[in-house]
Amino acid sequence: MTARRIVMALAAPVSAFTFSVLISSAVLIAVGTNPIDAWAEMLSFGMRLETLVETSNRATPLYLAGIAVAVGFRMNLFNIGVEGQYTIAALLAASAGAAVSLPAPLHILMIIIVAMFVGSLFSGVAGYLKVTRGVHEVISTIMLNAIAWAMVGYLMRTWLADPNDTTLNLKTREIAESGRFPNLNGLLQTFTRDIKGGRELGGFIIVAAVVGVIFHLYLTRTRSGYDLRITGLNPFAAEASGVDPKATVIRAMLLSGAVAGLIGLPEILGDDFKYDLSFTKGLGFAGIAVALIGRNHPAGIAIGALLFGWLDSAAPILDVRGDAPREIVSILQGVVVLSAVVAYEVVSRVRQAQEARDTAIATSGPLPASDDQANAEVDR
Amino acid sequence: MNPVPLKESRVLRWTIAILGLVLVLSVTQELARPETTDLISAGTAGSTLRRAVPILLAGLGGIWAERAGVVNIGLEGMMILGTWFGAWGALEFGPWWGIVIGIAGGAAGGLLHAVATVGFGVDHIISGVAINILAPGITRFLSREIFATQTGGGITQSPRVESVGHVDFPFLSGGEVFGWASPDTFGWIADRGWFLVSDLCAVASGVTSNVSWATLLALALVPGTVYLLWRTPFGLRVRSCGEHPVAADSLGVNVYRMKYAAVVISGGMAGFGGAFIAIEQTGIYREAQTQGRGFIGLATVIFGNWQPLGAFLGSILFGFADALQLRDRTAVHALLLLTGVAVGLVALRALRRSQPVGATVLLLISALVLWWYSVTESVMSELPPVTPHIATLLVLVFATSRLRMPAADGMRYRKGQE
Repeated sequence: MTARRIVMALAAPVSAFTFSVLISSAVLIAVGTNPIDAWAEMLSFGMRLETLVETSNRATPLYLAGIAVAVGFRMNLFNIGVEGQYTIAALLAASAGAAVSLPAPLHILMIIIVAMFVGSLFSGVAGYLKVTRGVHEVISTIMLNAIAWAMVGYLMRTWLADPNDTTLNLKTREIAESGRFPNLNGLLQTFTRDIKGGRELGGFIIVAAVVGVIFHLYLTRTRSGYDLRITGLNPFAAEASGVDPKATVIRAMLLSGAVAGLIGLPEILGDDFKYDLSFTKGLGFAGIAVALIGRNHPAGIAIGALLFGWLDSAAPILDVRGDAPREIVSILQGVVVLSAVVAYEVVSRVRQAQEARDTAIATSGPLPASDDQANAEVDR
Repeated sequence: MNPVPLKESRVLRWTIAILGLVLVLSVTQELARPETTDLISAGTAGSTLRRAVPILLAGLGGIWAERAGVVNIGLEGMMILGTWFGAWGALEFGPWWGIVIGIAGGAAGGLLHAVATVGFGVDHIISGVAINILAPGITRFLSREIFATQTGGGITQSPRVESVGHVDFPFLSGGEVFGWASPDTFGWIADRGWFLVSDLCAVASGVTSNVSWATLLALALVPGTVYLLWRTPFGLRVRSCGEHPVAADSLGVNVYRMKYAAVVISGGMAGFGGAFIAIEQTGIYREAQTQGRGFIGLATVIFGNWQPLGAFLGSILFGFADALQLRDRTAVHALLLLTGVAVGLVALRALRRSQPVGATVLLLISALVLWWYSVTESVMSELPPVTPHIATLLVLVFATSRLRMPAADGMRYRKGQE
C-alpha cells in the first residue's frame, strides 16, 4: 500500500520531467543539434563544485518565492503579486539598511523585518480588498504589481537614490558592513576543495531552509496552519467547523507577502549590498513555477527550486561549447511546469478513482456474506 | 434583459456620453492652456486608437474564453507568441501573413490552454500562469535560432518589420479616390478653432486619417464578436457553457467542443494583438514588448462587464492614458485636473443616491487631486503608465456589485459530473 503511494507520488513529477526532456530533445533535433551531447555536456559541467555553488545561490531566492506562492496556493489563493511585493520590499529594505548602523545581527534582523513588513503590507492590500469588496486576488495582485513597479521606479529616481552617485546607473546607498550576510565558503571548503572563480556560497540558504521548516511545521502542527489547509481543501466544511474564512484569507495573504519580502534579500544582503537597476526581476513568476512543480510542499518546492537553479547554472556551458543554444533550458522549464500541472491532475484523478474503487470493494465485500448468513439462518 | 447593446436609446445615450466626454476634455484643455494643447488633438486621438487596439484584442480574447467559462490568465503569454510569430511571418511572407501567423501562434497557445483546462481539467489560473512562463521561453529560443542569425536581429529582437499599410478616409480625412485627392473635411474644421466643434473634428480626423488596415480589422471584431456570441446558435452554445455547462450538456450541446473553440479563438485574438504590437505599433519584435497588455486586456473584460463594447471603451481609456504620456508630459498634468473634476462629479452622483460615506471619500480624493494639480508643475513620469491599473482597482472596489460575470466562469467542468 505504501509502496503504491510512493509510486503514485513520484509518477507525476518523474513523467513530467521525462516528457519535458523528450520535448526539448525533439526541439534540439529539429534545429540540427545532438541532444545527447548537449545533456551530457550540461551534466558534466553541472557537477562541478562552482556550478553547484551557483545552483544553491540561484535556488535560494527561488525557494523563498516558491514558499511565498505556496502559502497562498495551499488555500486556493493565487498570489500573483509576489513579483511586485519582493521588488518593493527589496528596495525599501535596502534603503532602510543603508540608513542605519546597528550591531551586525541586529542590523541584518532589522533589514529582514522591514522587508517582510513591506511585502506583507502590499499583499495585505489584496487580502483586504478580497474580504471586504470581493475583489479577486488574481486581478488585484496583477494590478498591484504594476503599481509596485511604478513606485519602485519613482522612489529610486527621487527619494531613495544615492545622492553621492555620479553615474547614470541609479542605485540606493550601500549597506554598511554590519548589515551584510556572511557567506558559507569557509564551512563548505572544510568539506571540499577551494571554490574557484571568486564564487561565494550565499549564507541566506540557511534562512531559506529555516523558512521551509517553519512553513511545514506551521501547516502541520498549528491550529492556524490547519485552518489554512482545510480552507483550501474544502472551504464550506472549514467554515462549518468554525474557521473564520475572512481572517484566514487575510492571514494567508500577509504570510505570503512576508515570505515574498525575503526573496530579494540574498542579493541585497549577500551580493550587491544595495538596490540598483540590475536587481534580478522575474523571481516572483519563477516562484509560481517552482511552487507548481513542488505541489506546494516544502520538500517538493526545494526540488523544484534546485532543478531550476541547476538548469540556469549549467546552461551557459552550452553556449561556451557551442553544442546547442542555452535557451533550450527556458523551453525545458516552461514545458516542465505545464506538463507537471497536467500530470498532477491526471494522477490525482487516477488516485481518486482508485480510492473510490477500494472503498466500493471494502464496503460491498461483506454484503453477500451477510446474505449467505441470513440464508443459512433461514435454512436452519 | 437585453444583452445586445445596440438599442436606439443606447445609441442616443452613447452619443451623449461621447459628446460629454469631448466637452469635458475641451473645457479642461481651455483651462489648462497654454500649458498643453495635446489633451485633445488629432495626434492624441490617432495615437489613442493605435495603443488601444492590442488591449482591445486581448480584451475580446478574454471575453471569448470567459463567456465559455474558461478564465484565461494566459492571454499575456499568447500575446507574446503573437508578437514573435507575427514578426517572423511578416519578415518571411509579408505583413498580412505576419498578422495571420501571429493569430495562429496565439491560437496555438489557446489550444494548449484548452487542452490543459478543458481536456485535463487543470485549474484555469494555474494553466494560464504556466503558459505565461512557457511562452517567453519559446520565443527566446526561437529568436536565438532565427532572428539572431539575421542582419539587424538579435537574441531579443527581430530585424525591422514592414507595416500592412495605412489609409485616409476619403471625403472625411482627405483620402484618395481613384487617384483624386478628396477634401479633408475633418482636418479643415479642426483647424478653424471653433469651440467643441473643432475639437470633435480633431478627434474624428485623428481616428480617420492614417489608419492601419489592421486597426480597421480589429475594430470590426467588436461588432463581429457581438454578432457571433449573441446572434448566432454557435454563440448561444458557447455562452451557455459559461453560464451552466451541465444544463447545456443536457440540451445536447457539446460542451468540450464549444470550450475548445472559444479558447482557441481567444488565443487567436490575443495573438492578433501581439502581432499588431510587433507589426503595426513598433515595426519590430522586441522581447517583453507586450508590457503586460494581456493583463490589461483581462482588466478591460471586467471593466466592460464581459461585454465587447465595454471592453472597447475600457481599451480606449487605457489607450488614452498610454498615448498621453508618450506625447506630452504636461498633458498628463492637465489630466489631473480632469480626474479631479470627474471624481467630483461621481461624488455628487453618489451624494444624490444618498451614499454619504462613498461621496465623502470621493470628494476627498477629488479635492486631493485638484490640490495636487494646483501645487505641482508636472507629474512624475511613472504615474501615467499605471493609471489603467489604478483605475481597474478602483472600478473593482467601487463597482463590483454592478458587474456580472458568467455564472460558471473559472469552474472546472467534467462531463457527467455536477
